[in-house]
Amino acid sequence: MSYNIDQNGYYGQFGGAFIPEMLYPNVEELRQNYLSIMNEDSFKKEFNQLLKDYVGRPSPLYFAKRLSKKYNTKIYLKREDLNHTGAHKINNTIGQILMAKRLGKTRIIAETGAGQHGVATATVCALMGIECIVYMGAIDIERQAPNVSRMKMLGATVIPAQSGSKTLKDATNEAIRDWINNPIDTHYIIGSVVGPHPYPDMVAKFQSVISEEIKNQLLEHEGQSKPNYVMACVGGGSNAAGAFYQFLDDLDVNLIAVEAAGKGINSGLSAATSTLGKVGIIHGSKTLLMQSDDGQITEPYSISAGLDYPGIGPMHANLYDKNRAEFIAISDDDAMAAGLELCKLEGIIPAIETSHSLAVFKYKKFKPDDIVVLNLSGRGDKDLNTYINYFNL
Amino acid sequence: MNRIQQMLSVDKRLLSIYFTAGYPKLEDTVSIIKHLEQSGVDFIEIGLPFSDPLADGPTIQHSSKIALENGMTTKLLFKQLENIRTEVNLPLLIMGYFNPILQYGVEQFCSDCKKVGIDGLIIPDLPMEVYNSTYKDIFIEHGIAIVFLITPQTSDERISVIDDSSNAFIYMVSSASVTGSKTGFSEEQTSYFKRISEMKLKHPQIIGFGISNNDTYTNATAYAKGAIIGSAFIKHLEAHGTGNINTFVTQIKTPK
Repeated sequence: MSYNIDQNGYYGQFGGAFIPEMLYPNVEELRQNYLSIMNEDSFKKEFNQLLKDYVGRPSPLYFAKRLSKKYNTKIYLKREDLNHTGAHKINNTIGQILMAKRLGKTRIIAETGAGQHGVATATVCALMGIECIVYMGAIDIERQAPNVSRMKMLGATVIPAQSGSKTLKDATNEAIRDWINNPIDTHYIIGSVVGPHPYPDMVAKFQSVISEEIKNQLLEHEGQSKPNYVMACVGGGSNAAGAFYQFLDDLDVNLIAVEAAGKGINSGLSAATSTLGKVGIIHGSKTLLMQSDDGQITEPYSISAGLDYPGIGPMHANLYDKNRAEFIAISDDDAMAAGLELCKLEGIIPAIETSHSLAVFKYKKFKPDDIVVLNLSGRGDKDLNTYINYFNL
Repeated sequence: MNRIQQMLSVDKRLLSIYFTAGYPKLEDTVSIIKHLEQSGVDFIEIGLPFSDPLADGPTIQHSSKIALENGMTTKLLFKQLENIRTEVNLPLLIMGYFNPILQYGVEQFCSDCKKVGIDGLIIPDLPMEVYNSTYKDIFIEHGIAIVFLITPQTSDERISVIDDSSNAFIYMVSSASVTGSKTGFSEEQTSYFKRISEMKLKHPQIIGFGISNNDTYTNATAYAKGAIIGSAFIKHLEAHGTGNINTFVTQIKTPK
């Protein structure tokens, strides 16, 4: 049994493409072509070259000495925060912009929550000289003003999503509606391992460079390519998918997915989808999602905008369902404290998303000789205001 | 012959109206259906509101939001429709997104449809392939018709497969758009209507999206069996409530 995608576009019972007929030609075109395009030598060459020269890969695998000492185990940080634009998101947008070019598309749309994926998309569109439209919830536009300015400087048009709760879920709805209205010339760069097949698989494959590098780098550091644990935070789940990818079917490697408990799992203000969700359909994918008994999608809450999504990617829903990965929910308060701790111990200001995984060390005991790789998915510059307000800095 | 087939077998241009259940007021459902029947529409689509209606424009999104805030649920809709067949004879379809139906239970949903006298379902985000492989038997067992959509981008080959999988009519989306976003038909659309009409499909086509007045209704029904109006009717309800439904329908049917 594999934990990777099957030939029908499912991970176990999760995945598929539950899309209106209006989207069928776009999604089908992508489904029929994505694997062959990704396997072209010229594609691989261009993708790898850009990851190296433009993104700055490979990102270091850093042994966090003082953090390891404090928790009495061996902790390695995979430094996705050092990528151009400050997070893992750029791996996917580089891949998808090259895909869009090969499909002959001349217009790019994207959704964004905190703005990281929007910035990464605007960046690659500027790089390639392609028109870029980013949908962002009206409330998020207010909350994340610096990223809105970044996108504008990079030449993107930012359109506020005024529907529903005016956050990430609604920005995604608006992007999908745009795609329905522009079926010929437009490619939709989804930012996470969500959406209809083949998106979850395509995005996971573009992000899998993270775990590929972990294997090689760990071999150099430790003389073995397998860690005992790989740990990553999960909103939609793209950084976790990338960090887990090469280890999915290697049962010697334990996978830990960290979700946002918000103010507490049962507080009504949470984004712990695996615990709170039920099987359903969101944005064209069958997965676990937070919803009412009547099947209406409910609003998640997290202090971190990147984890503030009511679903999780179908790969992760399957890892949860089959107990392949351990899912741990971390509260706002624990995440903030763990973020500050990393600053003091290692001189690294992490994104608040990542801070959730860092907080796991407070609750879960690892053995002294365990090798734990934590995917440091992004840097905390974008979260400075949240840190300042939270700690009264 | 069921109510839908009966209707389709008559040589007549058809007018269907869509409305969102629970809008403008929670308890308007039955009254809107009765008014529509009295006004002379041919069949009715009852919208089951959803929090995230991907294929809908701002008008239907807004009506869905209000309907949910008013307290509309799947259970309540069936309760409201409990005695509808003692008063209404028109074919009735429910149009809704798949997630609420999935949570209710597809089997239970079809069974309750049959119980209250719903004739068919339009579920925009349930792809034909998934219907055929997983849910077809349940629909057939309960005698519930399924309606699939086609668009200007749907290939002839796929249209033929959709035709084969259909058992009522084909919902022909007039343009690449969400609901309520266009106001007239372009030449391109008219040639699409012609192309489909010339395919001589087994199932009649009903055109929806972008029908808002007598002009667009007349134009659409020159090429198809009928036309569906949604957003324009929702706007009418927003402005006039349930009082003037007859005027709205008459305007659609009467050339200026």
